[in-house]
Amino acid sequence: MSRRNGIDLMAHLMRRAGFGASRCELEQLSATPYETVVDQLLRPEEQPELDKFEFYRYHPQAESSWTYLHVQMDWLHTMRNGSRPLQEKMALFWHHVFATAASKVGTSYALAAQVRLFQRQGMGNYRDLLLDLARDPAMIFWLDNQENHKRAPNENWGRELLELFSLGVGNYTEKDVFEASRSFTGWSFRSNESSWRWGQFGWSFDYRPEDHDIGEKTFLGHTGRFNGEDIIDIIVRQPACAKFIARHLYSFFVADEPPVPRWSIEAPRDPEAVDMLTEKLVQSNYEMKPVLHTLFNSDFFKQAMFQKIRNPVEVVVGTLKLTGDLDGPDLGWKTIPLECTYMGQDLRNPPSVEGWHTGREWINSGALVRRVNFVADYVRDTSHPGIQDIVRRITSDGQAITMGALVDRCLDLMGPIEASAETRASLIRKAGGDAEVSWGTDVQYIDVSRRIGEMLALIAGTREYQFA
Amino acid sequence: MGTVEKDPVVVVVELGGGNDYLNTVIPYTDPNYYDNRKALRVEENEVLKLDSELGLNPNMGPMKDLYEAGDLAIIHGVGYENASRSHFRSMDIWHTCEPVSVADDGWIGRAEREIDPKGENPVGIVSVGYGLPRALVADGVPVASVSDLASFGLYTDSQHMEQRDSTLDLFREMYSPAIGSGPVGEVMSYLGQTGRDALKSADILKKAIPQYKSSVEYGSDNLGQSLRTVANIHSADLGARFFYTTHGGFDTHASQMPMHSNLWTQVSRAVADFWNDMEEQGASDNIVMLLFSEFGRRVKENGQGTDHGSGGVAFAVGPRVKGGMYSEYPETRAEALADGDLSPNQDFRGVYSTLLEDWMGLDSGPLVNGRFEKPGFITKG
Repeated sequence: MSRRNGIDLMAHLMRRAGFGASRCELEQLSATPYETVVDQLLRPEEQPELDKFEFYRYHPQAESSWTYLHVQMDWLHTMRNGSRPLQEKMALFWHHVFATAASKVGTSYALAAQVRLFQRQGMGNYRDLLLDLARDPAMIFWLDNQENHKRAPNENWGRELLELFSLGVGNYTEKDVFEASRSFTGWSFRSNESSWRWGQFGWSFDYRPEDHDIGEKTFLGHTGRFNGEDIIDIIVRQPACAKFIARHLYSFFVADEPPVPRWSIEAPRDPEAVDMLTEKLVQSNYEMKPVLHTLFNSDFFKQAMFQKIRNPVEVVVGTLKLTGDLDGPDLGWKTIPLECTYMGQDLRNPPSVEGWHTGREWINSGALVRRVNFVADYVRDTSHPGIQDIVRRITSDGQAITMGALVDRCLDLMGPIEASAETRASLIRKAGGDAEVSWGTDVQYIDVSRRIGEMLALIAGTREYQFA
Repeated sequence: MGTVEKDPVVVVVELGGGNDYLNTVIPYTDPNYYDNRKALRVEENEVLKLDSELGLNPNMGPMKDLYEAGDLAIIHGVGYENASRSHFRSMDIWHTCEPVSVADDGWIGRAEREIDPKGENPVGIVSVGYGLPRALVADGVPVASVSDLASFGLYTDSQHMEQRDSTLDLFREMYSPAIGSGPVGEVMSYLGQTGRDALKSADILKKAIPQYKSSVEYGSDNLGQSLRTVANIHSADLGARFFYTTHGGFDTHASQMPMHSNLWTQVSRAVADFWNDMEEQGASDNIVMLLFSEFGRRVKENGQGTDHGSGGVAFAVGPRVKGGMYSEYPETRAEALADGDLSPNQDFRGVYSTLLEDWMGLDSGPLVNGRFEKPGFITKG
């Protein structure tokens, strides 16, 4: 198990708690004890906030959230270049859980504000986050709570709050949906004065007491003149709630679980791990940091290397980090968000309130073709600094290398990737096995660089590379 | 006829979110309709009348033309008992035909496995769009999932084209052996199957592009573009038996009037464009289209929108469809409603059964998990 302690384990942590890291970063991080790195990840506030001034000079529409495509660009840029990886990963986690889509919420300011909410509050307290979410204009509009009136309750928010955001099917009744909905009547939003001459107006939460049903409600066995906040307090006291969030955390950070609709009939793949996270959630009163601390330091996490299919955002941002591309305000950012969409993850625009189906459901023939082509085209290009670094590392030792050894070096420097014996044998056979290449002359060096790029592109196409 | 009969093909258009049946096929003489729909109503003089009681939404002009040509079947009151009002669960039930437990595979996947038990045809099922609808999933059944036909293929930017063939050979080799065990082993084998299928389907589908020319200008919306891709592949006659595409946004809890109108404008145009194109390609006589949504919406409006309901409407389209109405419009009297919803009177699995048996020639029972009354909307041709 020694490999679990070295660069492998650090790479695993950074793939899961972030979006990957370059080999240089991994080497630096490995000089620090693992537990200390986890602690640092859990204190994003100690890292400087990303200075986006120059980025916005290149992409003013990203600053004004002109369309949701610009919200995507802004967020992906932060994931790529920010120094708070876990904060961004948690924001993405909550976006998966509290799926809100641009297909309906055309006001991209509001979508951007919701990202900021997840960035600000995503590592804080879940109960507080749920309350902020109930007041989040994008969510209110997405689930029509502005149409949830005293005299005509609209059940959309009430239903999804229970089904998808906190308890899961089987832990409430239709009557609870109705009573929860009544309790959130009057939770609406209004348009702000625009600070821009053109474009959309931002939105703010607007509680309208005259439209709130002050009558008595009975919700999950409790009776009272509940308002929305009371409902959230009752929800978080349900054991089902902690278990629901724990299973989400396990599925997102540790190993893929089946889609949420199956949870009521299918046990978790590691019930003990989910129980451990559940207990920690209850103990910590839904503070996320202690739970994440437990998760990342647990044996079940450390043993779960390559047990998850990378999601498209991880593929795209991870590739940028590996190759060192787009480390600043580059016009190339314009096309990057679309790559996630082509792979099946239109960021800020999930297919429904259920969010994306993850794990193996990221993979279909079209999506697989897209992800292999994207990564292969990137890593083949030896002009990228990250690829040059890989070439330098391979050629810094001796004068020549067999193609077989070159395959192993590439697998190592691209991850390290754990290739199966079969895959490794295929790659070595294709590369030419015992044939030797040397880099004594410039011409030879260029040839070796090209061969390394081609090999990285082949590794990007392996099944193993699709796992995080 | 002297020509070889072509295999029957189905194209499914999923209208995601729960389409409002009452404002799609409008019971324009029914006082209950006007009582329940004070804001969200279409006045009688705007309805596109089909008979003395029912008419189409005014934005469905092209669908009305198809109806008059005898190419559109309207299947009323489609749903299932104990309707789920959850989008995901209800859509899952429509996909899997399994309303009680939760199933892994879908009706189209199972049907294609009957047609091609060894999974030898990589383009038997073509999904157009992103993601993989569960209806298409079955063990060992390849699905070609295409968003942009022109760019579909692996390592297409390989700079050394002579190397591309050997790269693809390597890819095939690496995607073949069983790797790993447990859940990861299962995903590995799924990835292997998908990768090998992607190679094969790309080789086949790329043949479709140069053959296709059309004077039909499809709309720029997703459905228009997706149906154009379907038309392109179908007219190339490459062995695709099922096409699947989705159009979302029907979850009209609020602002229903403009949203629903816009959606049906898009859908109607896309459907009509598709059939015009099929005529032009001479490919219309072996394909039937089904449009469905996971549920209808509540009879009584709620402000400017409607909540999730149960009974809905499905449409079958094409020259091989016997146009007209099937099943009955559910009763709208308050006493006849189930929890405020239209009671379904045609099980959706019966609609699938018509397609599978009367059109595809398959035994539908095992594919849809039972025997259900079949609306007879297929002509023998």
